[in-house]
Amino acid sequence: MTTSMMTAARSLDDLQTLADRVVELVRAHPGPGTGHPGPGPAPDHLGAGTASDSTEVADTDSQPTPDTAPDTPSPGDSTEVEANVRVSRSRHGLTRFANSFIHQHVGEDTVSVALTVAVGGRTASASTTRIADEELAELVDTTITSAALQPVDPHWPGATPPADTTFAGNHDDATVAATPDERAAGVEAFVSAGPELRAAGYLDTEASWVAFASTAGQRVAGSTTRATIDGIHQTDTSAGSAHQTSVRVAELDAPAAGALAADRARRSASFLDIEPGAYPVVLGPEAVATILTFLAVYGFNAKSYLEGGSFAELGTQQFDAAITVWQDPTDPRAIGLPFDGEGTPRERFPLIEAGVTRTLAHDRRTAKRAGATSNGSAVPGAEAFGAVPTNVVMSGGDTPASELIAGIDRGLLITQFHYVRVLEPKTVTSTGLTRNGTFLIEDGEVTGAVGNLRFTQGFVAALAAGQVRGLGDDQRYADGEFGAGMVIAPSLALHSWNFTGGAKG
Amino acid sequence: MPDPGRTTPTRQAGDEMFDHARAAVQGALDAGATYADARVVIRRHESLQAQNGALEAVRNDVEAGVGVRALIGSSWGFAASSELTDKAAKAAGAEATATAKASDRVPGSGLHLADVPAAEDRYTTPFHEDPFTVPLDDKVEVVVSATRTMHEVEGVLVATAQLMFWDTDKWFVSSQGHRIHQRIVETGCGMDATAVGEQETQRRSYPQSFGHVETGGYEVIRRFDLPGNAQATAEEAVQLLSADQCPSGALDVILESSQLALQIHESVGHAIELDRILGWEAAFAGTSFLELEQLGRLRYGSELMNITADATIPGALSTFGYDDEGTPAQCVDIVKEGTWVGVLSGRDSAHLAGLPPGGMVRADGFNRIPMVRMTNVGLTPGESSMEEIVAETKHGVVMATNRSWSIDDKRLNFQFGCEIGWEVRDGKRVRMVKNPTYTGITPRFWGSMDMLAGGDEWFPWGVPNCGKGQPMQVGHTGHPAAPARFRDVRVGVKA
Repeated sequence: MTTSMMTAARSLDDLQTLADRVVELVRAHPGPGTGHPGPGPAPDHLGAGTASDSTEVADTDSQPTPDTAPDTPSPGDSTEVEANVRVSRSRHGLTRFANSFIHQHVGEDTVSVALTVAVGGRTASASTTRIADEELAELVDTTITSAALQPVDPHWPGATPPADTTFAGNHDDATVAATPDERAAGVEAFVSAGPELRAAGYLDTEASWVAFASTAGQRVAGSTTRATIDGIHQTDTSAGSAHQTSVRVAELDAPAAGALAADRARRSASFLDIEPGAYPVVLGPEAVATILTFLAVYGFNAKSYLEGGSFAELGTQQFDAAITVWQDPTDPRAIGLPFDGEGTPRERFPLIEAGVTRTLAHDRRTAKRAGATSNGSAVPGAEAFGAVPTNVVMSGGDTPASELIAGIDRGLLITQFHYVRVLEPKTVTSTGLTRNGTFLIEDGEVTGAVGNLRFTQGFVAALAAGQVRGLGDDQRYADGEFGAGMVIAPSLALHSWNFTGGAKG
Repeated sequence: MPDPGRTTPTRQAGDEMFDHARAAVQGALDAGATYADARVVIRRHESLQAQNGALEAVRNDVEAGVGVRALIGSSWGFAASSELTDKAAKAAGAEATATAKASDRVPGSGLHLADVPAAEDRYTTPFHEDPFTVPLDDKVEVVVSATRTMHEVEGVLVATAQLMFWDTDKWFVSSQGHRIHQRIVETGCGMDATAVGEQETQRRSYPQSFGHVETGGYEVIRRFDLPGNAQATAEEAVQLLSADQCPSGALDVILESSQLALQIHESVGHAIELDRILGWEAAFAGTSFLELEQLGRLRYGSELMNITADATIPGALSTFGYDDEGTPAQCVDIVKEGTWVGVLSGRDSAHLAGLPPGGMVRADGFNRIPMVRMTNVGLTPGESSMEEIVAETKHGVVMATNRSWSIDDKRLNFQFGCEIGWEVRDGKRVRMVKNPTYTGITPRFWGSMDMLAGGDEWFPWGVPNCGKGQPMQVGHTGHPAAPARFRDVRVGVKA
């Protein structure tokens, strides 16, 4: 490929060629420069995986893995150069509106190359958006040189070995081709639902193409698309929200989203302030998505588990029997690639089955430490953070969401949480607020709106055995504050949620 | 060492980068934009992280590209490309204009820009030791030895340390004649030790949570001396496991300066962003309890409260020569003797509000649209001291180092958790307490500030992880603060 072809890389084939090219450059590299100290024996203080690392994992997650296979070189015993290469292109358009008009309208098209190399088990990573031949050669050279200067990385699992993906990923050409005019039309429909209200939010379309190659022979490529409309309507005293996400932009129903947000805003315009305390709640999918995101990040992250920071006790009934949660990138609705940040094929696996904690999210590093197998949960560039499930699906119930309030004498219907942060990671005790529609339930009916409330609540305790009243039949993609397209969740009714403050403090 | 302040950078290919930016602006104007500006940005980021005496990650990332902004009517159009050629830049300019034109389907009142002189200039942040030329071995030794020391303390399960460096070149061109090159060098570090109990974890961080970052070079790393502070940091984490719970009730709260810096960030910095006040961020980050007609009259806090937004403080994280609209860095009064007097603004929002442009618009890289961001928003020092504040407190809690933060969408109702506290009775710290939290309402809280430490304990903390905007942008903000006392605050909120 010529320099001009490189800088204009656009198709998936282009990206795969680029990934292969970087692997070729690594293989052809003569090794760390003579001006730099070469890799010697591992320093004594580093060790290679402590005994305690491998004894903390429950049996349910332990299987023989390619990481421990005899033909895999052990870190530190050679000067072999290994590499994982990930080339990605992101095309993103976002139409943002506020005060009922479009005020920011943005688009980007970016290609980047991410490289991790290991020189005799010494690792370094780098990324760049500069992809001309000479720039890639420099990337390879400086990364290899940098790696050779490091101590041995005790958790380096080796370059990703060959393995086929089992599904293609969900991709929609019409979403790729969506124009600013099409997005603006969706915004117009959302805004039009509340002519007397003030609307704000965004409609965006995103396409990602990624190719991966490793010196161990893995070679995979895939793409995915996402479209989201997320917005609020506001009165002078209230706001109501709506959210929709799909692989396909044509599936967004902007008029319906606008109508729902407007209805919530109008119904909240007059509200009561109620006393803080413990109330039964019906949580909308957005609020449930926030809880699941926190459980995923703090609890099902195998690195947190290995470091003693997770609540997870594998094989133990830690949640109500009504709770079943999967990591499922194979779902036909799923937004995600068929492989993870390390090029490992992704798969469906249970996180919670009928209340029993089942599986941790592993990347290849944590899998090596645990004596387990990576289940394709590596987040690109986040090796120090750990592995996180990113296609989380909570099973829904049979109850129409509107009927979950039945039987609640006095409780609250929560549309959305806002600014949730963890106070204590191991119990996932967190604080945050309600937002965009908080309603009072009395004698099984919604009787009015209430002002936003602050809560302080342990998320594991909130979903514990006996705490779930019911699950709604409205399972869908919900935005859990940290981004669209991560969690599919239904409405959820709980016996108790601890509110610790109101608008007045 | 480069000369501090305005210097002539010796960066290669500078003229070529100006050419790309100019091509982008021309592409936007040719397509019909009434105003356009463009930034070519090359940002290099290096980070190292160690855990428990072993190196965990070394990263070197380079982002390079051009971002161009076009104004038509009531909307900005923005386009970005990672392809650095005149042809791609010009195409991005045309795309930005086409995108802005599409906004006309849902129009508002026309946007106009407050006047700013068209500058041709160069600027480099002061630094003594280029962090990218320091041998990697030296950096590795800092994080490995610091985490080894912490991990060797009995009871510490996880010890981590990070170093982080950014070197950013920006070439800015506008259709009004701006031509500015800036080089911003930022350096930061942090470490933490986590002790794990049966049902809890306790953490101590140094020098603050999330790490502390300054504009400057490797001298910042040497000054904070992670290895030399590792033992004490780890020991406090272990001690917290057996410490008593923070008492509950209405007590006096004494905040050390890094926690007060985050308090300023959340309850002042975001509230005074003019784009929030105007409703432009309503759906995601939220709005503000402040209304423009209250400017100059609203009582924000006690008479001890003096807040400035100062982008000229040497070494502070949000110090620069020009913002990403070409407006010069400046110091703006925000709260004067407790009265709200100023906002954070850009050229468009300032014009709409009838205020002078504050030079507070920046973008997170080439591929994000510039937006109102905090500069160095902080307290001017008082005349007291931490020692004097404690001595004059009958019953309260000293709280240090942020652990959690949450605030509502109008920046009124907040709750913070800190890593460590000390109960104060009759002028003395009587015991360490764990899980300290406090909650309050912004003007009431700031109105209760009755003691503020002086310049000796004043420090411009840097916060490197401020999220705002859609698509999300991560901003680097500065917050000068000194220890202060707040009366009758609700303390010890429990789940």
